[in-house]
Amino acid sequence: MDVVTVDHLSKSFGDLRVLTDISFSVHQGEVLAIIGPSGSGKSTLLRAVTHLETASSGSISICGTRILDRGVYADKATLRSALLKLGLVFQDFNLFPHFSVLRNITEAQVRVLGRGKAEAREVALALLEKMGLTGKAGAYPCELSGGQKQRVSIARALALDPQVLFFDEPTSALDPELTGEILKVMRALAAEKMTMVVVTHEMGFAREVADRAMLMDGGVIVEEGPARELIDNPRNERTRAFLRRFSQNGPT
Amino acid sequence: MVKLLGAMLQGSLVSLEIFFLTLVFALPLALPVALGRMSASRLLRVPVNLYILVMRGTPLILQILFVYFAPYYLFEASYDRFTAVIVAFTINYAAYFAEIYRGGIQSIAKGQYEAAKVLGFTRADTFFRIVLPQVVKRILPASANEVITLVKDTALAQTIGVAELFRVAQNASARQFSTTPIFVAGVFYFVMNWAVSELFLRAERKLEYYS
Repeated sequence: MDVVTVDHLSKSFGDLRVLTDISFSVHQGEVLAIIGPSGSGKSTLLRAVTHLETASSGSISICGTRILDRGVYADKATLRSALLKLGLVFQDFNLFPHFSVLRNITEAQVRVLGRGKAEAREVALALLEKMGLTGKAGAYPCELSGGQKQRVSIARALALDPQVLFFDEPTSALDPELTGEILKVMRALAAEKMTMVVVTHEMGFAREVADRAMLMDGGVIVEEGPARELIDNPRNERTRAFLRRFSQNGPT
Repeated sequence: MVKLLGAMLQGSLVSLEIFFLTLVFALPLALPVALGRMSASRLLRVPVNLYILVMRGTPLILQILFVYFAPYYLFEASYDRFTAVIVAFTINYAAYFAEIYRGGIQSIAKGQYEAAKVLGFTRADTFFRIVLPQVVKRILPASANEVITLVKDTALAQTIGVAELFRVAQNASARQFSTTPIFVAGVFYFVMNWAVSELFLRAERKLEYYS
């Protein structure tokens, strides 16, 4: 089953067209990497699917619920319950600084899902253990390293049991030595067959962990295919140019 | 001397009453004013803007006179002076507090709203549980300024004959041909504001656990 289906999605900021006729789907249990140069529309695409940006036209379905139908959004209640099936991990974490690590993870469980406090706490502590953050429940975000913050934010998203987890350049705000701990967590999630869509500049990670990859440039999908194949033997000239530039200048 | 101090304590009580009642009404009232000032609707934003402009742009002393005498001239209705003082102080201070709130609210990063939205928080939960607590921490220093000014501004209540601390001191001063009572009043204001500063410092320290 497809967890997310996007059809002919377009998005403009005023006169500036940032996404043009994007169509793709995310299959249950797969990891989809979205790669491409800066300003190519990768993040905007993620933000449009998670409804942080409003699309100008096209359709989006989440777990069979149509939230955007040819440019028209579904009613508030439908939209809200469908969007709860998506989780999003931000580049700069966006943890709530006034809440402890534990409360960052429990608050939405209690307020949004209506879980009991004790259950929410159990879920949170189990997730913290999984993220290698046992003992950090009582800490505040300002006391954590970037890598720890990002792991808390992954736990916060997972606590709501999303059907698919989106990552918007999850390691771009981190020092190279902290990048590894996030990629390790994401690898573990991939091994558990968590459905994930990852906007990333980590080509090595995309090639190794993602099942499929999509290259975007200038607001369109240039090439799409099995990750390893797309990165090792790109067919499209633009993909080749991007990867060439990348292996020359970018991180590997 | 004992009699003088007794009278001045009485006056201080009136000043404190004005002070606390103004805070009780102005602090909550400032929140809808701040939200109106930031509203997307012109219909709301324009009048709220005008209100803030007038409140900040004219002397408080004039506002007190207006609030007390306008009903009299318009409808020949007179009312309690003390009530007029509270109304004038409240609408004046709400305007200033509203601008402080606005500054605080607008300083909260967009990412906080986005994270809250993605996690499914309602708009009310997002504002009251995620945004507002962070705003409180940020606006404490600016609010302390305003609250300290309020302590001193209570002296303006005498304009329409409310016998607060400064009025009592001035009267005593005139009776005794001495400036001493006025300086004693100065000490009273100083002590009150010292307490206010201390309270704000404590509140800031209490919220120091995160940044």
